[in-house]
Amino acid sequence: MQKILLGVDKLSTWFGQVCSWAAVALTLLIGWEVFSRYVMNTPHGWVLDAQIMLYGVLFMMAGAYTLSKNGHVRGDVLYGFFRPRTQATLDLILYFVFFLPGIVALTYAGWTFFGDSVRINEQTFSADPLPLYPFKFVIPLAGGLLLLQGLVEIVRCVICIREGEWPSREHDVEEVDVEKLKEMVHVKDEDIAALDQYVIAAEEKK
Amino acid sequence: MIRKELWFGFSLMAIILVAVIVFMPWTSLTNGHLGLLMLGLVVVAIMLGFPTAFTLMGMGMLFAFFAYWSRSDGHSERALQQTLDLMVQSTFGVMRNDVLISIPLFVFMGYLVERANLVTKLFKSLHLALARVPGSLAVATLVTCAIFATATGIVGAVVTLMGLLALPAMLRAGYDVRLSAGVITAGGCLGILIPPSVLLIVYGATAGVSVPKLYAGAFFPGLMLAGLYVAYVMLVAKWKPHLAPPLPEAERVVALPPANQQINATIGTRVLPSLLMALKGKRNAEITTKLLLKELSITLAPLLVFVVIMGLTWNALTRPNEIQDVSGLQQMGAVGATEDTSGGLQEPPGSELKEPAGSGVQEPPGSEPDKVAEPAAKVAEVAAPAKPAAATAAVRDPTPVTFWYVLGAGSAVLAFFYAIFTFARLEVFKMLLTSFFPLSIMILAVLGTILFGLATPTEAAAVGSLGGFILAAVYLLLTQPRENIIRAFKLWVPLWLLFGISVVWFILFKAEVVATPPSDWAGFLSMGAFSLWAVIAMVQARMVNTVRESTYLTAKTSAMVCWLFVGSSIFSAAFALLGGQNIVEEWVLSLGLTPLQFMLLAQFIIFILGWPLEWTEIIVIFMPIFIPLLAKFGIDPLFFGLLVALNLQTAFLSPPVAMAAFYLKGVSPPHVTLNQIFAGMLPFMGIQVVAIFLLYVFPQIGMWLPNLLYK
Repeated sequence: MQKILLGVDKLSTWFGQVCSWAAVALTLLIGWEVFSRYVMNTPHGWVLDAQIMLYGVLFMMAGAYTLSKNGHVRGDVLYGFFRPRTQATLDLILYFVFFLPGIVALTYAGWTFFGDSVRINEQTFSADPLPLYPFKFVIPLAGGLLLLQGLVEIVRCVICIREGEWPSREHDVEEVDVEKLKEMVHVKDEDIAALDQYVIAAEEKK
Repeated sequence: MIRKELWFGFSLMAIILVAVIVFMPWTSLTNGHLGLLMLGLVVVAIMLGFPTAFTLMGMGMLFAFFAYWSRSDGHSERALQQTLDLMVQSTFGVMRNDVLISIPLFVFMGYLVERANLVTKLFKSLHLALARVPGSLAVATLVTCAIFATATGIVGAVVTLMGLLALPAMLRAGYDVRLSAGVITAGGCLGILIPPSVLLIVYGATAGVSVPKLYAGAFFPGLMLAGLYVAYVMLVAKWKPHLAPPLPEAERVVALPPANQQINATIGTRVLPSLLMALKGKRNAEITTKLLLKELSITLAPLLVFVVIMGLTWNALTRPNEIQDVSGLQQMGAVGATEDTSGGLQEPPGSELKEPAGSGVQEPPGSEPDKVAEPAAKVAEVAAPAKPAAATAAVRDPTPVTFWYVLGAGSAVLAFFYAIFTFARLEVFKMLLTSFFPLSIMILAVLGTILFGLATPTEAAAVGSLGGFILAAVYLLLTQPRENIIRAFKLWVPLWLLFGISVVWFILFKAEVVATPPSDWAGFLSMGAFSLWAVIAMVQARMVNTVRESTYLTAKTSAMVCWLFVGSSIFSAAFALLGGQNIVEEWVLSLGLTPLQFMLLAQFIIFILGWPLEWTEIIVIFMPIFIPLLAKFGIDPLFFGLLVALNLQTAFLSPPVAMAAFYLKGVSPPHVTLNQIFAGMLPFMGIQVVAIFLLYVFPQIGMWLPNLLYK
């Protein structure tokens, strides 16, 4: 079971990480366009559309990736203080109440939206038009991936309710990776522990 | 049975539920009331801890379906189709939102700067530079936080890093635990407010306010808040020195390199005269001229920058205006001529600066008129070919008096600077030059181009990301062995110079020093050089991993924020469909509030919401409800946005969800308790309230700059 779960995680992660290079592409594209437009005085009409598409692909495709790493923002007043079993029960219910209807509808609607666009061979409104339907295909694709990842998360909830603790996930880069930051500024755990004497001394003075 | 941490959340939930149940007119429910019910429920649902984006999406969809169904006479199929259309249109709207597009770019810049590993240097140099200020370590911490947080915008990383660097330093120096914790947490959150910040983009996208205006507006309130923090710390250090004792003399000493040490001892402590004397004197034969010139060029850098800036400003100010030329030709010519001669006479005071180098550099702008006059005269000739006087008219516009004041004041400051510029200060200056200045110049460049309308926020963010890449490359290279550094720079500097060709050309062209724009070959050469450098730098500075991790993090953060937008746009659409907005409006208007009272109420609600919710949730869910009301009270959404941004700062510092406190706790010694950290944050929360109050009483703090720039 765990193998399947991690397999789907890997799939979402792979798609998300591949598409995350759109951020680099976006930076380079705009940097190039800035140089080209301002310094060399040759603007390109299609760049505006292309940058919007890169941004759209970037965040839509990273949706499932972020879910697989438990990275979507949660209200944290209560959740963090619950026992894992309570967390999982709540999540399980809300996956069925909010997540599944929403994402199923979005994927289905996105598919017809994409179909309509293909039928009329839709293009962007600009002097150098780009085809628009591949961009619209991102909605059902991202929705489908999210749906798959959501099912995996549901299974995780069930496992957690049974066993009382969350099944493990694969490690990924984190925004605040304390160990890495410690290494970066050359601070060791002993150094922090050694500081305690100052704190204790200060408290004793009072 | 219920643990005590849960009480706060549960009681909040219960209050909302009870309020909803009590205030709902259950016998005469309209759709609008359902909208309000939905709003109450969503706050409760978010507090349950399910990913907010999907809570909003799911709830929005259910209520949107109900809204369509209730007005479709039971045609549930049509209602379903409409709901699906609404969802996909909302999603697509977020996907092509041209405001949100700058989020990934700014976030990317932040991650690159964070990984550039310059925070240690930054803190050390600021700490030495500010050694004489009362509470110097705390002030240095605040300044470091402000700059680093502005550049990165990642609260968690800034607080963690400063917890690792500044907290030990402050504790060792005998600072109070609470004060130290407060300084770090409050300082780390400054990046939320000081532009370029993601919060302002999110607000701009939600409220339909232009992001450059928001940035212009938030600039001074941000500085004010940082300034108030610093003032508070300095007051505490003065009044209660035992909380923030001054640094012992031993910790303030700056080690001088041997050559400078020798000059310092034999000639004098002041850098500029001593170096000049050493250069021509015979007394220091053992110090090479090359070394002396290197030190001298660093010493003269501030002067050079001042002269170049003033020269370019003068050039821009007095540039003949063709349109005016045609209209008031004679007058212009006369005034221009007299002023120009007086300008020529007044020039000397500018170059009278004690340094002989000044006059040499200042000269070019003075001798420019002939060069510049040429193209201008051509234009004038085309405009008025019948008037041969055009050539003489295009001499120079009169120099504004303010310019001379600024020049005089700047010269005085520079003179004072050189008068107190000792060798110890030179070392500190060098450290600042490699840490403080690159980062602040990058921020100011990004911000300046946005504010002056030279580039859109998106463009500025992309260029800022490239700037972050350059910073990261240089700083990561500097961590390597010396021979690697030298080898790399031998390759990098020529490539940078190649890139610089067209940039300098372009700047000169814009300043009308050069008549033609950069040619294509120069442009392609520069672009090629930069691309080649980027590839080489990735390998030589070993930053492939850095870029990859930053990219992945950018994707995750953007997905988090933008999926929240997808959810909230569906939710807001459902709220509008149900007519919840109308009921809120009717209700608020029926209260008969004055604009002041409404503003206070709104800010109070946002403040309260800041306890259980995060700023993203507050902005994307509640701003769409507040913004339409602003027009009814004649409140500028821009000004409201500034207050909201200032207000949401408190959300980061208010227990029990104050993220900053938990990040700091994670890296502090075991005997520092969460309660101590919370206690330390309280005064700074108080200062935030004072800042909101100040901004409200003196709106010009925020509104002056946007009004000046975008009339």
